[in-house]
Amino acid sequence: MDNEQGKNSIKLEYEIIKDDFSRAGEASSNIKKILRQLGIDSKTIKKVAIVTYEAEMNIVIHSDGGKITVFISPHDIQIIAKDRGPGIKSIDRAMEEGFSTASNKVRELGFGAGMGLPNMKRYSDEFDLQSKSGEFTVLEIKIYI
Amino acid sequence: MKIIEIMNWLDAKCLTGQESLNSEVNTAFGCDLMSDVLAFINEKTLLLTGLTNPQVIRTAEMIDINAIVFVRGKKPNKAVVDLANKNNMILLCTNHTLYTACGILYMKGLKGIFNKEENESYGQ
Repeated sequence: MDNEQGKNSIKLEYEIIKDDFSRAGEASSNIKKILRQLGIDSKTIKKVAIVTYEAEMNIVIHSDGGKITVFISPHDIQIIAKDRGPGIKSIDRAMEEGFSTASNKVRELGFGAGMGLPNMKRYSDEFDLQSKSGEFTVLEIKIYI
Repeated sequence: MKIIEIMNWLDAKCLTGQESLNSEVNTAFGCDLMSDVLAFINEKTLLLTGLTNPQVIRTAEMIDINAIVFVRGKKPNKAVVDLANKNNMILLCTNHTLYTACGILYMKGLKGIFNKEENESYGQ
């Protein structure tokens, strides 16, 4: 997937901090508000909100910290979630509904049902997930406008 | 169904959003799994849950849920109520359990959301 960072796109970028459950969701909330201000249609906003929120929670829960970058262009919205950390051992397993490696603490918050990545894929028009065990995970998603 | 009717049937208290109690929901979803909430809800829905952490409000915000019932007598802390208030949500709390609260509303005519198989177009 190409990074379309052309002249017509708006870039948003947020640092996501590991284990910061009190602020988890703030980045997605901001992204949603900006999309609304830009007059993007509500169905597209909902898809982007779900994808960015799941990605944000994944970074908070599973990684050592990372970044969410959003490029808004006239034809699509591209979301890149990149983190440092343990990575994903098996992407195939991680994509199965119900598979989760989340801790009990995370489950008590209502996450760790193993629906995050499958949900993100369902709401995406383009979906690419790459990871290196012990180093990083990068998720690139496009949602067409 | 109007939120004020829901409040009466569940003997619920309103924690925030009093001014919007005349607004309506079409369906309800009872769940303590926020990922399931994100996966299944796609319209004007009432969320019933036993979780009271900020992620419940964030999750609701993402998918435009604006009414939440906390069951089993659980009450969120002030920060959670403030976050909901900032997002113009209605928060109710009832002593009924999730099962009973859902049962009461179902009997009064508030149906559940379509499930995955029934609703091919969800997410669209």
